[in-house]
Amino acid sequence: MLRFIGRRLLESIPVMLIIITGTFFMQRFVPGGPFTAEKAVTPEVQRNLEAYYHLNDPLWKQYRDYLWDLTPKRFHPQALASGLDLKAAFGIDFRPSFKYPNRTVNEIIADKLPVSLELGAWSLAVALVFGLTLGILAAIRRNTWIDYMCSSLAMVGICVPTFVLGPLLVLALAIHLGWFNASGWYSPIDRVLPCATLGSVYAAYIARLTRGGVLEVLNQDYIRTARAKGASETRIILKHALRGGLLPVVSFLGPAVAGILTGSFVIETIFQIPGLGREFVNSAFNRDYTLVLGTVILYAGLIVICNLAVDVVQVWLNPKLKFE
Amino acid sequence: MAESQTEVRIDPAAAAAAEPGRSPWIDAWHRLRRNRLAVAGGAVVVVLGLLCAIGPLFSQSFEEQNLDLGAIAPNAAHWLGTDTLGRDLFARLLYGGRISIMVGLVATFVALVIGVSYGAIAGFAGGKADAVMMRIVDIMYALPFTIFVILLMVFFGRNIFLLFFAIGAVEWLTMARIVRGQVLTVKRMEFIEAARALGFGRRRIIFRHIIPNVLGPIIVYTTLTIPAVMLLEAFLSFLGLGVQPPMSSWGVLIKDGADKMEEFWWLLVFPGSVFSLMLFSLNFLGDGLRDALDVRAAKD
Repeated sequence: MLRFIGRRLLESIPVMLIIITGTFFMQRFVPGGPFTAEKAVTPEVQRNLEAYYHLNDPLWKQYRDYLWDLTPKRFHPQALASGLDLKAAFGIDFRPSFKYPNRTVNEIIADKLPVSLELGAWSLAVALVFGLTLGILAAIRRNTWIDYMCSSLAMVGICVPTFVLGPLLVLALAIHLGWFNASGWYSPIDRVLPCATLGSVYAAYIARLTRGGVLEVLNQDYIRTARAKGASETRIILKHALRGGLLPVVSFLGPAVAGILTGSFVIETIFQIPGLGREFVNSAFNRDYTLVLGTVILYAGLIVICNLAVDVVQVWLNPKLKFE
Repeated sequence: MAESQTEVRIDPAAAAAAEPGRSPWIDAWHRLRRNRLAVAGGAVVVVLGLLCAIGPLFSQSFEEQNLDLGAIAPNAAHWLGTDTLGRDLFARLLYGGRISIMVGLVATFVALVIGVSYGAIAGFAGGKADAVMMRIVDIMYALPFTIFVILLMVFFGRNIFLLFFAIGAVEWLTMARIVRGQVLTVKRMEFIEAARALGFGRRRIIFRHIIPNVLGPIIVYTTLTIPAVMLLEAFLSFLGLGVQPPMSSWGVLIKDGADKMEEFWWLLVFPGSVFSLMLFSLNFLGDGLRDALDVRAAKD
């Protein structure tokens, strides 16, 4: 298994390189730069700014130096505990931001990423809890009104986009009923609406996949054996059927995590959450070269790691697959 | 042995009388018609599509402003109310729908062309070429494409034609996988071998035997790609990266509505409902087509 993880990590290096290179050069070859929107500065200031950000170096040199700054040089994961400092932990330096003077991209990430991670984690929890419950219910009460209700609820979840559902929930539950705040990220209750909105789509997909997976497994011989041996229905569902039924759900978790990451851009805009997603969209508008690159690389890295974790869990759940 | 064979042989005339020969497509059409949800979905898609296509020719102007009027609730003159600039929401919905549907169709077509040719080439070629081509697809799957589309739209000035290609370039991967898998399966089937044994040429085998058998999944997946593409367009428009004013799309209208919902609920509720209804219908239609065209389940 360690070899599998090692090989997959090695394989992800070219993927990350493609992403870094693509983003780096795409930013540079399009018109406009981080300073074009600002009021005209004197030539000296302009020169100093460009020198500070190494914009005067030849492009290949900028690229090489940037790659070097990104290369992990040490491994002290315990440094992450005190404030997510990627530089202290791995020696990864995303450089100063262009638009926030005196702040490095590392600091901005350390500041905003925990918020986005919390949003994402709770949304995933919502998706798993509701999706699995609805899916199992629908499967064991197949073709009854419970099944139809769960399945239509799942269809609603899939077809009503988060950017429609979110504002509608705010309109109904926050503005009209006053149960929640319309926006903000202060008290625990502020987590409810954003996480429910972001989790709903994935809960819907997971419910469908769970229903299909459990139904397929319920026809297998080993379920009949378990029944014949007198195992209780609860035990059969939770111990035997769920394990097989979970497989399609686990393979869906990779795309789900990626979707929750990008979905957070919209959710953080709707609910005014100070997370990294909103920061990423703003940085793209602002042409904040280093912040765009930093967030893109971070997101890509997170997606690569999550996909790897999903693959490992998949093999662990289904011994028929092997680590190859 | 010879006797038993004559026993099972069916009199062709009797067989024809019992079940008139029907093409699989007519079979599929009958199955689809029995699926009420899919038919309802198809009807809604057609009605909404027609309304958006010809409605703007007859309705009030989508961009004519009436600042004195301002935002008013739905009434007899303006069925769905007006927005803060006094523009008729119904007309704007129809016009926005035009753009949303157009993006859905064109970007899906781009994805279809890329995906089908890529997948078919990989499947036909097989061997090393196939392995390399599909490995590239695997790698591209791992890329956070939505992020790239966002960057593209920001950097290249939110051009609507770029939008088509950016979205199409994201959505072709799954299509390529599906087509390649189908071509690989069909290529090895006995009837292809039979066709080869009968001395049919490569061309005839590809066009008469392989393509028709791959068409079903392509149609199904195309129907399911359209809502995904419309969703991505609306997502971008919601972030301010899609269609730019004075043009409008359902995503733009939803964004406007969400900004002003505290005072003017109709600006959010109507565009949101119409958009969701369209996605619903397309998904139901796609699911129905999948059940109707599923080649493996065709004989029960």
